[in-house]
Amino acid sequence: MKKALLSALALALLYGCASQPTEPEKPSVAPAPSRAPVTTSPVQTPASSSIPSKRSVFYDYDKSDIKDEYRPILQAHGQYLAEHRGTKMLVQGNCDERGSREYNIALGQRRAEGVKRMLVLMGATGSQVEAVSLGEEKPRCTDHNEGCWSQNRRGDMLYGGEY
Amino acid sequence: MSARTFAPLLAAILLLAGPARAQLTIEIIGGGANQIPIAVLPFAGESALPQSITEIVEQDLSRSGRFRALFVGGITQVPAEISQVDFAEWKSRLADAMVIGQAQRLPDGKFEVRFRLLDVLKQSQIGSSAYTLSAGQIRLTAHKIADFIYEKLTGERGVFGTKIAYVVKHGSRFELRVADADGQNAQSMVISSEPIMSLAWSPDGTRMAYVSFQNKKPILFVQSLSASQQPAPVANYKGSNSAPAWSPDGKQLAAVLTKDGSSQIYLMNADGTNLRRITFSGFIDTEPFFTPDGRSIYFTSDRGGSPQIYRMPAKGGEAVRVTFEGDYNVSPRLSPEGKTLVYVSRNDGRFQVMAMDLGTRQIQTLTDGYRDESPTFAPNGRMILYATDVDNRGVLAAVSSDGRFRQRLSVQAADVREPSWGPFLGNQKAVTE
Repeated sequence: MKKALLSALALALLYGCASQPTEPEKPSVAPAPSRAPVTTSPVQTPASSSIPSKRSVFYDYDKSDIKDEYRPILQAHGQYLAEHRGTKMLVQGNCDERGSREYNIALGQRRAEGVKRMLVLMGATGSQVEAVSLGEEKPRCTDHNEGCWSQNRRGDMLYGGEY
Repeated sequence: MSARTFAPLLAAILLLAGPARAQLTIEIIGGGANQIPIAVLPFAGESALPQSITEIVEQDLSRSGRFRALFVGGITQVPAEISQVDFAEWKSRLADAMVIGQAQRLPDGKFEVRFRLLDVLKQSQIGSSAYTLSAGQIRLTAHKIADFIYEKLTGERGVFGTKIAYVVKHGSRFELRVADADGQNAQSMVISSEPIMSLAWSPDGTRMAYVSFQNKKPILFVQSLSASQQPAPVANYKGSNSAPAWSPDGKQLAAVLTKDGSSQIYLMNADGTNLRRITFSGFIDTEPFFTPDGRSIYFTSDRGGSPQIYRMPAKGGEAVRVTFEGDYNVSPRLSPEGKTLVYVSRNDGRFQVMAMDLGTRQIQTLTDGYRDESPTFAPNGRMILYATDVDNRGVLAAVSSDGRFRQRLSVQAADVREPSWGPFLGNQKAVTE
């Protein structure tokens, strides 16, 4: 009961934030909010009938722990997945360009696994979510400075049909 | 990498862009020590060939860092036989060795090339050989001649006849290319709109393992280099599949899978069957590389709190930490005889290739770039090819294993990365008949 209340609160916070113009950046993978998810679940609760719009979490250099500010986002997606059991998600972990390409595959994987673990804590099942890594191979931003690197140290959540 | 930091600066541009396609251009940017002064004379009748063969031989020898090619102009008559050689003249030009030869077109349209390697001081012949070749085999024959000379004068096998592989990124197009060791004669083996990385030659040089993102995540493929078959996925498990390494007998692949959670090392047969896990750390274990005897595997792990290099039995078992200096040591690769470990270190924010003598544990910084990565040994252990960048563009560079001699290879207007130096080819296509 308490948990559900917290979730609702987190969702309210999340959607509250999403409408503000100070949004740091829009993930390139984000579809229009009205886009219907690929789902076989007939259950559509009013609270989460559309996929939460924020799809990315960002990391510090060489780190894979999820910062507190991204927990509400993961809570919203975890709840959405819990309410749409037929929906699948791909979590892609990304790294900045510094360091070994293969080590960055592993680091990106750890980031993606961390997102997946949190989603499962929030109600998703493990079989709904696949965590993969793109390492440093698919940078969103290609300049060689921290401004770009901070955008590339990222975990993206993609729903079935988006990948 | 700044050329200014190398002294003496030779800056000799040896090979300019090839014909139809962008080839690798090679620029020598450092000098080696104890180079053998050698005079490669034009072969008598060489103009009958569609392309100069001695120029390629001379470029090969210079590029190895072991030779200094002498100016051979100003001679009135090109000697075809040892009896025609003016040894006093070449001694005065400070040559220790010289190469003479002759070339001719045969009645069937093929060509014949004969050459002799001479000791100038002893005024004697060190060795000789002859080849029959078609017009398309000029470069191959030149590399064979250079390998012959290299082996006779250094006592080690030359690598001029070997191949290198690398990835070229051209906009959003990725190509896995295989080229001669001098960067010429490049051929595309795989083309994709998604990234390609982590190339690994099979020990017999017939297959290439690599990682492709064509299915939106890393999947491990093996591609035959001889036949134009479709590449076959050998590891496509849930999660990521990457970091392939061949066992020395070519029967097994080590790779990193995440199907059981964190990045862990697994072994499989070369076709992907008989999968078994060999690390159980729960941390990151990646970048496996077999020792030449196949008994051990070097790999990168952050089990100690930062990425470091470890060694473990290839069948699995306890790992021993190998690197201790610094907080980022990755990408271990062993020299062919197994005595030197090269890897990449982060030093004050710069990523550089290091060499560790595994006997004495002495460490040397081999490169001086900012983003040097993916080192790969030449099969004779004398050079290390690696990826670096110049003006934010990926290029390949090579450094001698003693760190004294460097060169840069680049493809114009493209990013080049992920080099892998191929093995000696036991049954190289014979040009001798």
